[in-house]
Amino acid sequence: MIAGKTTPQPLHKLTKLLLDYGVLFAFVALFLFLAFRAEAFLTVRNQLNILDQAHQIGLMALAVTVVIIAGGFDLSMGAIFAMSAVVAAFVARDLESVESFAAIAPYAGWVAGIITGTLFGLLNGVLVTVLRINTFVATLASGIVIRGLALIITQAEQVRVQDERFRDLARGGIGDINNTVFIWLGFAVILTLVLVRTRFGRHVFAAGDNPEAARLSGINVNLIRTITFGISGFAAGLAGVISASKFMKAQNDMGQGLELIAIASVVIGGTSIMGGEGAVWRTVLGVLLLRLIENGFNLINVNTFYQDVFQGLIILFAVALDAMRHRRQ
Amino acid sequence: MNESFIIQTRSLSKRFFAVQALDAVDIAIRQGEIHALVGENGAGKSTLGKVISGIIRPDSGEVIVKGISVSYTSPRDALIDGITTITQEISLSSKQTVLQNVLLGQEDARGGILDFRRMRQRYDDIRALTGFDIDPHLRVNSLRMADQKKVEVMQAIARNAQVIIMDEPTAMLSGEETALFLKTVRHLKSMGMTIIYVSHFLREVLDLADTVTIMRNGQVVRSAPTRDETVNSLVTTMLGKPMEQMYPHKVLPPGDAPVALEVKGLRSSVFQQVDLSIRAGEILGLAGLVGSGRSRLVRTIFGAEDISGGSIRVGEQAFLPKSPQDAIRAGLYMLPESRKEQGLLLKQSVQLNITLPHLRHVSSFGGIIDSRRERSGVVELIKALDIRVSSPATRIRNLSGGNQQKALFGKWLFKRPRVLIIDEPTRGIDVGAKQAIYELIAQLASEGLAILMVSSEIEEILGLCHRVLVMRRGQIVSELDEAQKTLTEDNIMRAAFGTTIEQVDG
Repeated sequence: MIAGKTTPQPLHKLTKLLLDYGVLFAFVALFLFLAFRAEAFLTVRNQLNILDQAHQIGLMALAVTVVIIAGGFDLSMGAIFAMSAVVAAFVARDLESVESFAAIAPYAGWVAGIITGTLFGLLNGVLVTVLRINTFVATLASGIVIRGLALIITQAEQVRVQDERFRDLARGGIGDINNTVFIWLGFAVILTLVLVRTRFGRHVFAAGDNPEAARLSGINVNLIRTITFGISGFAAGLAGVISASKFMKAQNDMGQGLELIAIASVVIGGTSIMGGEGAVWRTVLGVLLLRLIENGFNLINVNTFYQDVFQGLIILFAVALDAMRHRRQ
Repeated sequence: MNESFIIQTRSLSKRFFAVQALDAVDIAIRQGEIHALVGENGAGKSTLGKVISGIIRPDSGEVIVKGISVSYTSPRDALIDGITTITQEISLSSKQTVLQNVLLGQEDARGGILDFRRMRQRYDDIRALTGFDIDPHLRVNSLRMADQKKVEVMQAIARNAQVIIMDEPTAMLSGEETALFLKTVRHLKSMGMTIIYVSHFLREVLDLADTVTIMRNGQVVRSAPTRDETVNSLVTTMLGKPMEQMYPHKVLPPGDAPVALEVKGLRSSVFQQVDLSIRAGEILGLAGLVGSGRSRLVRTIFGAEDISGGSIRVGEQAFLPKSPQDAIRAGLYMLPESRKEQGLLLKQSVQLNITLPHLRHVSSFGGIIDSRRERSGVVELIKALDIRVSSPATRIRNLSGGNQQKALFGKWLFKRPRVLIIDEPTRGIDVGAKQAIYELIAQLASEGLAILMVSSEIEEILGLCHRVLVMRRGQIVSELDEAQKTLTEDNIMRAAFGTTIEQVDG
């Protein structure tokens, strides 16, 4: 009889390298291509511009990386982004008219926005862990509720801030480098250290890899997961506040669909959506890869329509790679 | 080709990753016999059954059914030749009726409309043939387990089975139900059916089978008429050496050894009133049938299942664990029953797996891990436990089952416990690793660790434990003691099946 050889063959080294570091190769290849094809690409100004534009998706993608490693998913980030921006703008605007708080109004706005985001994130965590609602459904629903609340408190009006100091968060910087670049890359460094070097980080991986084994190892899996949602709420809130700061206004319908691009960036980076494995550097590259496509294609005048198709294909390719890795194991 | 063999195999081989599950297996099953397959976990007996029934395809070799070489690609192919399987778990649609299940996939229909009268007629035929008197309109989940097994048998007959492969069919049955089921099997034989009977229960096998084939490490060691075998001859062949040599010499704890774990009046939704205590240096076994509550009891003591009352004392510290975290803090550790589902973080390194419960002890203020200290502790353990791994950073999934199990032992020895619970400590690992783990367990006890061990392998319980509690239906029904010479297989089985004059402890 003919029997297929089912003995697993050792992974070909190159295949393994491609599977594990696909995003790195793709990033370097695209970077080099653009460097040769578009003159304006490799200027300091353009590079800083790319980093600055990446902050919004960057913050959210980094945070949701932690959520995904812990075995969760967060579809409410876009809504939290809008909610936090609205709260920040409200607080900054309304405190300005209260004489004794006028001095700190813009800063209080920033802080209030970020706290709002973090609290909604923690609330997601409670929904997912205590009420045991599937993370996908829970955050989809909470996202709808949060955006609805934002609509109620704004009455669909723009909330405008007058105090110019409110702008400093997004527009300030050191030399030519914007604050936003420091903020999101700094966030990446901190999350890397947290995931790799701390007890909490280990528990995040354990909770996503095998929650039952983690629990039997004395880990409070619910607490860990809740905290990861707190982190994504914080990041979405921060990104929202930065956006409000940049445009000096906020409204309920901003940031729609950002969570999907953020999650796509995580996947492109090669962090497994199955949980239990992944890395922050992967997400940084995933975010930048999508930015390069947009920036570079604009520089070489590729039609925007094609950009979407190309981005979609890259996401599909990344998911296929992830599936391949899992089949191998 | 001998016509009286209904199934034969020729040098059948199958490999799963690092494990050679079947290694050039030749076996011959006679028409109309009950042919038992015995062997340790991982010996290949279930794999052999699965290859014959078309569930698994072999890497090489051939299966010959009624003199014809076959190459099944699915259980459906095997069924066409009259070969079917009954496993440990009930695989019926539990919410459907008995009739629906028996004729599942074999329904009579005219133009897509079911012909109930015709189906009922066929059911009655099968009922008459088997003598199983089960109401066809009852839902399967309202039947007792032994009757559900009968439904599975009727289903096999409806599918014109001539050979039934039974894989641990009694593992989930109570003593009484087992007796009923064995009667069924004998009846099937009298109807001319051929039975391949895979079982751990050696007595059952000796009682029931005409021929027994003993497997070890994927190979057939011996096929012989059952009347020529005894429990001892089977065990010796299964292990590859006399039983005594598998296990280290027992060193009982000194008479004045302090009590390390005391459980008093433990209550939960499953347990009414459980008491037990272990002294330092003692290996206490929990025996009983599958489902008797052994694992649930140790999980409850460890805080992994809800406790409603009672008291637990570890050393001087009394507490009632609300979560495993509480137990771990008190120095009570547990190696869980299922390595893959409850033990391993498959995507992580050996090091991360080992230190996971102990990070507090290798990290500084703020939870920052001192990776040098962590690694040196792990390296030490890898050496002490002889875990075969190239580096602590190797992913644990790349280790063999035996080495994974050793690593999980390492996980609970990185910081020494006061009491160690081990649930099925050698399930599914090879003989060499088993022996290493037995030695480790004995050594830990001799160093004063109190060990509470759950095992379904009675040889293991007999070979290692100083004292054994036998459980039945969530209660401890018997205490057997090495020192008092009451620790025998016979006593354990009697207590487990509930056929004993209860052992009085003294």
